[in-house]
Amino acid sequence: MILPLIIFSLCALLAVGGAVALILSREPIHSALALILVMVSLAVLYLLLGAPFVAAVQIIVYAGAVMVLFVFVIMLLNMEAEERTDFSKIAKFVGVPLGLVLIVWAAYWLAHSPAASAMGTGAAMEPSSTRELSKQLFRQYLFPFEATSILILIALLGALVMAKKEE
Amino acid sequence: MPILDHLWIILALPLAGAAINGLFGKRWPQSAVNSVAVGSVTLAFLAVAELVREFTLLAPDQIPYVDRYFTWMVAGPFKVDFSLQVDQLTVVMLLTVSFVGMLIHIYSTGYMAHEGGYYRFFSYLNLFMFFMLTLVMAANLIVMFVGWEGVGLCSYLLIGFWFLKKSAADAGKKAFITTRIGDFGFTVGVLLVFATFGSIDFGTIFKAVAANTISEVTLTTICVLLFTGAIGKSAQLPLYVWLPDAMEGPTPVSALIHAATMVTAGVYMVARMNPLFSRAPIAMLVVAIVGAVTAFYSATIGLVQTDIKKVLAYSTVSQLGYMFLACGVGSYAAGIFHLMTHAFFKGLLFLAAGSVIHAMGGEQDMMKMGGLRSKIPVTYWTMFIATLAIAGIPGFSGFFSKDEILEAAKSGPNANLILWLLGVAGAALTSFYMFRLVFLTFFGKSRYDEHHVHVHESPKNMTIPLVILALLSIFGGWFAAPKLIGGIDYFERFLAPVFSMYAPPMAEPAHVLAESAANPGMELLKALTGVPVIVAVLGLLVAWWFYIKNPNAPKRLAQSVHSLYLLLLNKYYVDEIYAALFVRPLLWISTNVLWHGIDEGVIDGVVNGSARVARASGGQLRGLQSGNTRSYASWVLIGAIGFSVLLIALYVKVVH
Amino acid sequence: MSVIPVSWYLVLSAILFGLGVVAFVFKRNVITIFMSIELMLNAVNLAFVAFARAHNQLDGLVFVFFVIVVAAAEAAVGLAIVIMLAQHRQSLSVERENLLKF
Repeated sequence: MILPLIIFSLCALLAVGGAVALILSREPIHSALALILVMVSLAVLYLLLGAPFVAAVQIIVYAGAVMVLFVFVIMLLNMEAEERTDFSKIAKFVGVPLGLVLIVWAAYWLAHSPAASAMGTGAAMEPSSTRELSKQLFRQYLFPFEATSILILIALLGALVMAKKEE
Repeated sequence: MPILDHLWIILALPLAGAAINGLFGKRWPQSAVNSVAVGSVTLAFLAVAELVREFTLLAPDQIPYVDRYFTWMVAGPFKVDFSLQVDQLTVVMLLTVSFVGMLIHIYSTGYMAHEGGYYRFFSYLNLFMFFMLTLVMAANLIVMFVGWEGVGLCSYLLIGFWFLKKSAADAGKKAFITTRIGDFGFTVGVLLVFATFGSIDFGTIFKAVAANTISEVTLTTICVLLFTGAIGKSAQLPLYVWLPDAMEGPTPVSALIHAATMVTAGVYMVARMNPLFSRAPIAMLVVAIVGAVTAFYSATIGLVQTDIKKVLAYSTVSQLGYMFLACGVGSYAAGIFHLMTHAFFKGLLFLAAGSVIHAMGGEQDMMKMGGLRSKIPVTYWTMFIATLAIAGIPGFSGFFSKDEILEAAKSGPNANLILWLLGVAGAALTSFYMFRLVFLTFFGKSRYDEHHVHVHESPKNMTIPLVILALLSIFGGWFAAPKLIGGIDYFERFLAPVFSMYAPPMAEPAHVLAESAANPGMELLKALTGVPVIVAVLGLLVAWWFYIKNPNAPKRLAQSVHSLYLLLLNKYYVDEIYAALFVRPLLWISTNVLWHGIDEGVIDGVVNGSARVARASGGQLRGLQSGNTRSYASWVLIGAIGFSVLLIALYVKVVH
Repeated sequence: MSVIPVSWYLVLSAILFGLGVVAFVFKRNVITIFMSIELMLNAVNLAFVAFARAHNQLDGLVFVFFVIVVAAAEAAVGLAIVIMLAQHRQSLSVERENLLKF
């Protein structure tokens, strides 16, 4: 009973903390590391929600590949820290409150929407099966699957072409 | 082809002449322009003559004979037909206008022979004839107004004929604008007529008035308003100021328009509207007072003027005053009679003056003339005859008409002795200054350099009209002669139906009875009948004494009453007063309020302002595309938030 | 068995999304802005998974799968662009990129 709650609270705190750290860090590499923290904690949350496959994919692909790419690029480009300049007045007096309002309001709505209450606590007993997931993927979602693979190919080519040094 | 059914021919002839000369005359030789212009007017006169013949064959109940041509305007209850009518008054006016007009056209072929713009002059002159004939033959107020405005237009065009000369152009403008003021009153009067009677047709109006159902106040207002138009058009106080300036135009123009015809339009209008005026005694009184005062006032100014044409101009204003005086005291026939004789002798006076000016090579100042009697005999004799007529010397036409007017003012149904006195004083002054004009111009020693000015008599096409008009000035008044010896005035009898058809019943037949009673007042009045003749002769004698016997006397008199002399010489400074009171403030308002304030400020301001607003807002909105990615991102965010708010709101609405 | 109400996951997702937006708007470094995009995507993923659990369907998870794949592709291309930018301009401050300015 209580274990999920502890895990959830911990991971939630880590996630939010990581996000805040991303905002507040001066060095980009610190922001990258913070983001990795967020992703890992999210992966745990996925596990908690009974989606092991997704959690695994998150770690392997997102945290393991994408973020590594980010880190590589950061290190490659040898970026300096951001100067701490004052934000415009609009940002300070309108942006921050507006952002907070957005967050709180969205949260409120999500929490108190009828859909949310209808959902309740999530009735499923066991975690979703990977076998079922793959069945869905290759039957109903075959076309998007193939399309996405072509998309990756294009992205790959594009990245290659663009990142090549001009001769 | 009975002219009576085709009255439009009389109008079409001069109009065609104007159009042909105007469009094609520029490259034609003078003889071609002449034949078109003089020919069209002559044909019009012949048509009028035929019209008169047919008219005499009409039965009394067919008069007025109306030709209805087409429905011109219909706007709800407002219906205007283009209709022309002929009754006795129309006949008199038509004959006068077309005959004198024809003579002046012939005269102009000589006078304007050396002028540029020859074709233009005749085109305008023919156009004028068209409008004047329309005015005279109109069967309703609106068609009359067309003629009214049209003659004003032609007057403007002809006064400013030498438009490159600033004084001429200004005079044209002054004439048009001053008469406009009167025309405004006239227009309001017409509107009021329509509002009261529901129609502007003469027949309809007069029948309605004869039913005696219209309130006197309404009638008085209408008559006064219509009369203001006459004040402007016929140059009475206070709108007379344009007529002296109108002398800037060529002399034939002054003769035709500003003596014989256009300025008489006001008198004709009052005579035509006599059913209304007769029922509005206050309006009649206004007319009479304005007429009498103008007659006297203008004569005083004419006493000291030195330009020959200006003297005649003031004389015209004065004589018009007499015509209005006649109408004002109820003797419309006398007014029209004087109109006719005035057309003869004043037309002649102007044409002869033109002949003098032509002989003097353009000189108009009488002080630089003198002794022309022997050199231009035809001009001299015709002018002398005209002067006798205007002074009211018995036997000449002017005597009969002026005498009738003063008689009506003295003993008629609406007699007013003060006005009579003004009239008599005016007559004395008229005689004096007219003979002064003749003596200064034709008698005495020549005051000009005989080597520079080659005085010659005018050619035949100028002198023959003079002779014809002189004959008319002598014999033209003799219809009324029998009245003097106890017979009837044929002219008055001819016109009687016009003025009696809708006339109100006589209010005081007792007046007529009283005349036959022998009471001392009546005796005195009877005795005073001869006064106009006496003062006319007196004027002649005084003028003779001043300008022939004692040539130095005028100068001495002028010195002794120097300020009065200056006042008269400067026309009582009326032009200056008007300029200060009206012209300058108007100019100021036009410039500052209307031009700078409204036109530049408001209208230009709106246009430029909207452009400025568009520009400014464009400049502001330009900031959106700053190239700054982060600001773009912020805008995307704001849009996303807005959109999500919208969605949630919709969702909430749907659910609840 | 998850005894944590699904709505809590949604709230967390919302918070993370909001923080991602904040970072997007306020950070000046291009790569950091990219990372904020990734954060936002992650938040959305969490929401999807939560909904999948709530409705007991697998469609949400499939969608998450695709989101991750596409995010990876996008990150690759985007970083390639960033590298190109860095080669041309010696600076990675977003404010310098104002060639789209009117």
